[in-house]
Amino acid sequence: MGNLLARSAGNLFWVARYLERVENLARTIEITETFSRDSSARSWLSVVQINADEKSFFEKHEVADAPSVIGFYMLDPDNPTSVPTSLQAAHQNARALRPILSIEMWEQVNVMRNHWRSVSASDLTGPGMARLCRRLRDQCQVAEGIVEGSFSHDEGWHYYRIGKNLERADQITRLLDIKYHLLLPSVDAVGSALDASQWNALLRAANGYQAFRRVYQGRLSPAAVAGFLLFSDSFPRSVTHCVRQISYMLTQLRSRYRLSGGTAAEDKLDEMRAVLSDLSIERIVETGLHEFLDWVQTRLAAVAADLRDGFFPD
Amino acid sequence: MGERGIGGLMAGYDRGAFFCELTSQRTSNEAEIATVLARLGALDFADLSRRSADAERELFNLGITFTVYSERDSIDRILPFDVIPRLITADEWQVIEAGVIQRVQAINLFLHDVYHDQKILKDGIVPAELVLGNPNYRPEMQGLDVAHGTYAHVAGIDLIRDEAGIYRVLEDNARTPSGVSYVVENRTLMMRAFPDLMADLRIRPVDDYGIRLHAAMAAVAPKAKGDPQVVLLSPGIYNSAFFEHVFLAREMGVPLVVGADLLVDEDDTVYMRTTGGLERVHTIYRRLNDEFIDPEVFRADSLLGVPGLMRAYRAGKVALANAVGTGVADDKAVYAYMPRIIRYYLGEDAILPNVETFICREKEGLDYTLDRLDQLVVKPVGESGGYGLLIGPKASQAELDEFRAKLKADPANYISQPMIGLSVAPTLNSTSVAPRHVDLRPFAVTGQTTWVLPGGLTRVALREGSIVVNSSQGGGSKDSWVLGV
Repeated sequence: MGNLLARSAGNLFWVARYLERVENLARTIEITETFSRDSSARSWLSVVQINADEKSFFEKHEVADAPSVIGFYMLDPDNPTSVPTSLQAAHQNARALRPILSIEMWEQVNVMRNHWRSVSASDLTGPGMARLCRRLRDQCQVAEGIVEGSFSHDEGWHYYRIGKNLERADQITRLLDIKYHLLLPSVDAVGSALDASQWNALLRAANGYQAFRRVYQGRLSPAAVAGFLLFSDSFPRSVTHCVRQISYMLTQLRSRYRLSGGTAAEDKLDEMRAVLSDLSIERIVETGLHEFLDWVQTRLAAVAADLRDGFFPD
Repeated sequence: MGERGIGGLMAGYDRGAFFCELTSQRTSNEAEIATVLARLGALDFADLSRRSADAERELFNLGITFTVYSERDSIDRILPFDVIPRLITADEWQVIEAGVIQRVQAINLFLHDVYHDQKILKDGIVPAELVLGNPNYRPEMQGLDVAHGTYAHVAGIDLIRDEAGIYRVLEDNARTPSGVSYVVENRTLMMRAFPDLMADLRIRPVDDYGIRLHAAMAAVAPKAKGDPQVVLLSPGIYNSAFFEHVFLAREMGVPLVVGADLLVDEDDTVYMRTTGGLERVHTIYRRLNDEFIDPEVFRADSLLGVPGLMRAYRAGKVALANAVGTGVADDKAVYAYMPRIIRYYLGEDAILPNVETFICREKEGLDYTLDRLDQLVVKPVGESGGYGLLIGPKASQAELDEFRAKLKADPANYISQPMIGLSVAPTLNSTSVAPRHVDLRPFAVTGQTTWVLPGGLTRVALREGSIVVNSSQGGGSKDSWVLGV
């Protein structure tokens, strides 16, 4: 038996989630900035919707435009879903994990957090914005690389992987939920050309542009994009792939490490995998993509709660 | 005392009336010291400053910091690091090592006696009220036997060096002396930033501290089926010394736990909460003061401790390091009696002398102190961190008057010592390399026997003329090199 503290398991789960969240947020903001220049402010509002922050956002800001949304997510320390808040939370978890994480991993999280503290509104204008988002993405990926190269694949690593994949699945469903409806041609414009650049932007926000192209080549349709992000067997951010990863990690914890927690999570994950393999994207679009994504999100939250209860209770 | 030929970067260096840890004449390692001086002298100021800035940035990035809290924010600060090393010769180290071991032995024998038969009090060597009336005396420890009679598993003995180059003990730290993480990290940093300065010198390594500490923790553990489970108990991530706790846990390879991770069952056994359930814990290296470790016995409002820990400790089911109640041995008032304590238990003279100390609770001591207030250093016995002390020769008349009143009101709370001209070491500042006062804290680790980490923490008072080396008051640190024989 290992001797991983329950508290440390929770810290590993959360440090992975927060870093993944930061990377996704940086990508979403960067893509929105790039592709919204010639379209309406709707795309900035969608960032707020993706994060389900309408209430807290409009308490502070009247309109969702570039300066307000960027400020809210990149700088606002009172916004629980902002970059500084997530970095601070990742830092807190990493700090508690310092005896466990490699020194380089801690250094990376520490530097990220400290770097971001020196960022101000003036850094986020013009080309500075893209540069900072890029740096943030790079830093998150460096962290992931350090974990890959230095973190033993022991029990603790499994909680890290579960946290990472849970956050990925959650983020992809949020992104898809908001953008899909935003980008669908309106009813009175049926037959109008699909705005390919916007769908490509969605794929880029999910870091799946090349991966999608390779599978679908020249074909581009809303259903194909949604189907890819939900069902791809091999794309590391697809919901199917993430759920399978979580399921595998949990099985390992229960078999190889003989832990008894997580039974309820296992049942829910089995159900999700069954549903994901039975349904087609056409069927889902027909019966309601939003409802389906909502179901996935609720399920993921329930799995997270089961895992917490089973392995790292508060 | 001769002076070495120094040039280049060191050309304008003047140690004044003080002993210098780099340039004063020594009894051994002449060749190595000359080499270091020549290499230092050949460095150019800009290069040295750049390497120094790099080193400090690295400390910050690695989070080798202590945390200062304000209302809204927390600020991580590094302990300022001076890149010019302090040298300790092989001869000097022999004396320090033997002296520290002797002192730790005496402290452990004293604590065992205090918590058992109290012979030393009955024989009138140490005033009974000084021990029994001490706020750090823990009656809960009476009659409890600790493994190998070791109470102060980790001790830090603060040394200073006077004008004649004699090392003297300034203070004993037998509770939770901190700073060892800086010793090891400073060395790592020096090896990276100054390979050219260190090349071919046989400097005694410091990186086995964690292994030695773990061995001591295992040596005092109650019987276990397999290897005993050692943990480090920290107050948590908000503690300003959290980095050191991380360092110690990491170097020992043991879990860092907080109070909530542990529990004591009805069997008086200590367990930690793991993902697989409860696991037995045998030794706790605790970095939590006595009054916080067990709300059932000490401060009831403590959320940092573990209810029932003292029960488990008394039942012999868990070892605590350091033992509870060691604070009676490192009290500044008891310090004055340490030479007599050593003689009482070991029949030897102290290898490392004390700084001459006048005990203001005794009439002669008080009179002597009041007569020469402007020449003495007066310290409150209960404080640490350099707070509340008077440095007579540097105080204004108003400060002297104010202190005189405080002293008269509560003489038992003070001791006084002559002003020692602390040794200096060349230290980099923004414009030059200049002498700054230093002290030295060697760390002793005791399980069954005592091992002393070669060197220790050199603290340096970065302000010109200052003799206060505490980090809270403008102190920094240096790497301390013990040269090989």
